[in-house]
Amino acid sequence: MTQPLLRVENLQTHFATRAGTVKAVDGVSFDLRRGEILGLVGESGSGKSVTGQSILGLVDPPGRIAGGRVLFDGEDLVTAGEKRLRAIRGRRIAMIFQDPMMTLNPVLSVETQMVEAVLAHDKVGRAEARRRSRDALGRVGIASPEERLAAYPHQFSGGMRQRVAIAIALLHSPDLILADEPTTALDVTIQAQILFEVQTLCRDTGTALLWVTHDLAVVSALADRVAVMYAGRIVETGPIADVIQAPRHPYTRGLLDSVPSRNRRGVPLRSIPGMTPSVLDLPKGCAFQPRCGRADAACAVMPELPENGHAWRCWHPHDADARGAAA
Amino acid sequence: MIVFILRRLTQSAVVIAAMAVLVFTGIFAIGNPIDVLISPEADEVERAAAIARLGLDQPMHVQFARFVESAVGGDLGTSFVHGVPALGLVLQRFPATLELALAAMLLAVLLGIPLGLWAGLKPDSVAGRVIMTGSILGFSLPTFWVGMMLIMAFAVQLGWLPAGGRGQTASLFGVQWSFLTRDGLAHLILPAINLATFKLSLVIRLARAGTREVALQDYVKFARAKGLSPARVVGVHILKNIMIPVVTVLGLELGSVIAFSVVTESVFAWPGMGKLLIESILQLDRPVVVAYLLLTVLLFVVINLVVDLIYSMLDPRIRLGGGRA
Ligand SMILES: Nc1ncnc2c1ncn2[C@@H]1O[C@H](COP(=O)(O)OP(=O)(O)O)[C@@H](O)[C@H]1O
Ligand code: SF4
Ligand SMILES: [Mg+2]
Repeated sequence: MTQPLLRVENLQTHFATRAGTVKAVDGVSFDLRRGEILGLVGESGSGKSVTGQSILGLVDPPGRIAGGRVLFDGEDLVTAGEKRLRAIRGRRIAMIFQDPMMTLNPVLSVETQMVEAVLAHDKVGRAEARRRSRDALGRVGIASPEERLAAYPHQFSGGMRQRVAIAIALLHSPDLILADEPTTALDVTIQAQILFEVQTLCRDTGTALLWVTHDLAVVSALADRVAVMYAGRIVETGPIADVIQAPRHPYTRGLLDSVPSRNRRGVPLRSIPGMTPSVLDLPKGCAFQPRCGRADAACAVMPELPENGHAWRCWHPHDADARGAAA
Repeated sequence: MIVFILRRLTQSAVVIAAMAVLVFTGIFAIGNPIDVLISPEADEVERAAAIARLGLDQPMHVQFARFVESAVGGDLGTSFVHGVPALGLVLQRFPATLELALAAMLLAVLLGIPLGLWAGLKPDSVAGRVIMTGSILGFSLPTFWVGMMLIMAFAVQLGWLPAGGRGQTASLFGVQWSFLTRDGLAHLILPAINLATFKLSLVIRLARAGTREVALQDYVKFARAKGLSPARVVGVHILKNIMIPVVTVLGLELGSVIAFSVVTESVFAWPGMGKLLIESILQLDRPVVVAYLLLTVLLFVVINLVVDLIYSMLDPRIRLGGGRA
């Protein structure tokens, strides 16, 4: 068996707060092969962003990685030093954030922010760094990149800013891009365009992609595999087609039912009752209990997530064919 | 950018015009200009001559025109005490005050920004807490008391530094400066520290608050995710953002440092404008007080203008307008 590009093993990321230790990520494991696209899905607050940032060691205090391993090409990034991480950030693993209004520094020109990203890893002259930046802008579909280099972030629209961020991520042709809801803040048409472009660019360059989103519809159009997160844990994972067609975990099902395009016309939108729980006071056992229609006494014991192709963390999963019949 | 500068220049001109009207009203219309502008010791002949010369028997608008004319020409009356033009007297003291104020600001910025950055990046560290406690002290201790303590400690007890005066000066651009000689520099240190204390505390707080806010922004995390060194992240991405509020406030404060160097100048017998102002008030030397006030307002206006220009250079959103392409 070939080694995966990224193997996250039992990752634990905790925040020490006044109210207690917040286990934002509590035992997350997944693999990502070269060139593969994995969707990481879950409601807001389920720990997706913290998972992504943990991979690159970018979690700010009071957060810290309390356990587990992040094996990138066989090297554990959790125990790697800051210097080693810096050599990997931006060069082998790049990151794109949710809000393009916030990811570019407002007081630095696009050129400054791109050139410094080139120079962080390659000993090239300014002119060469500038040429590469310009080409990268052209690749993500920015017209007259030469002139746009001199512009400042506020002179770009949201969609264009996100393209700039993507261009920066692509500068060093990384092996892996961690994309944290990069289209959430954009309107639907631009979202679709960017989705398509990122997919094409990743396929062309063989870049693996961890696509974080709360929107299963986005993932189903894009990803090879999906992992569904709830309260800091993965509750279901598998090839995208299997999970979409036959979701086994009640939470995944709820997520799917709340995607409008998947509802029959005239049938009211069913969303999951209740709210995302505070990670501070989760019930004993399965975290989804208070919101789950299938919960019973057995659920007071935490169900395990088996290591299968399509796996779920539930004592009473839905049947494989139940979804089509019920809808 | 040019439009921006023109707009600001126009605004400054309006402020100066408004100020001229105010001062004119203050001296000529409300008060009795004869009392303000002519020495009480002058005899009847001198009085009559002065009234004629100043045109105080003329209608108001003519008087205003004359006032503006003489003010623009730099004539703000003659010091009762020194018998020389008041404006010249104040201007002569100006370099000393400017030197002291700039030295204080330089201290405040050069120490305050690194300390504030540190305290902002590591708010829970021992150093961070010590810095913040220090800045609270700097805020709350009265300037004259700190000044006297400095003299007690470094001049009287330790004898390291002189307690007062400008020391030896040297000439640059035809003006005498203390910082050019060793002796002058030694004289400058204590008053500069004294005047800087409050501003230093202010800069530390501004830089710290800015750093704490900016450090949490996505663009800082994005900068780190690009693989940039901490020096570049802090020294460029964070620093450039916190400089915007720091420069704004500091610019405004430079005016107040000049205006409020009065206390420090008195404590350290520093022969600047502030000390002159106190002396003139005590001696009822009104033309000098008027000249001091006008000059200070003018300074404020000029400084504000410069600050706005620097501010716009730091923040492209202002320099280039809010439009999107
Ligand atoms: N700075 C922080 N301090 C305390 N808790 C935090 C902090 N950042 C994140 N968390 C916790 O981590 C949980 C997961 O956050 P996040 O990964 O951002 O969720 P998602 O990206 O899935 O919306 C949050 O619900 C919160 O409880
Ligand atoms: S384990 Fe129980 S509570 Fe949890 S999702 Fe499955 S049925 Fe619901
Ligand atoms: Mg998130």
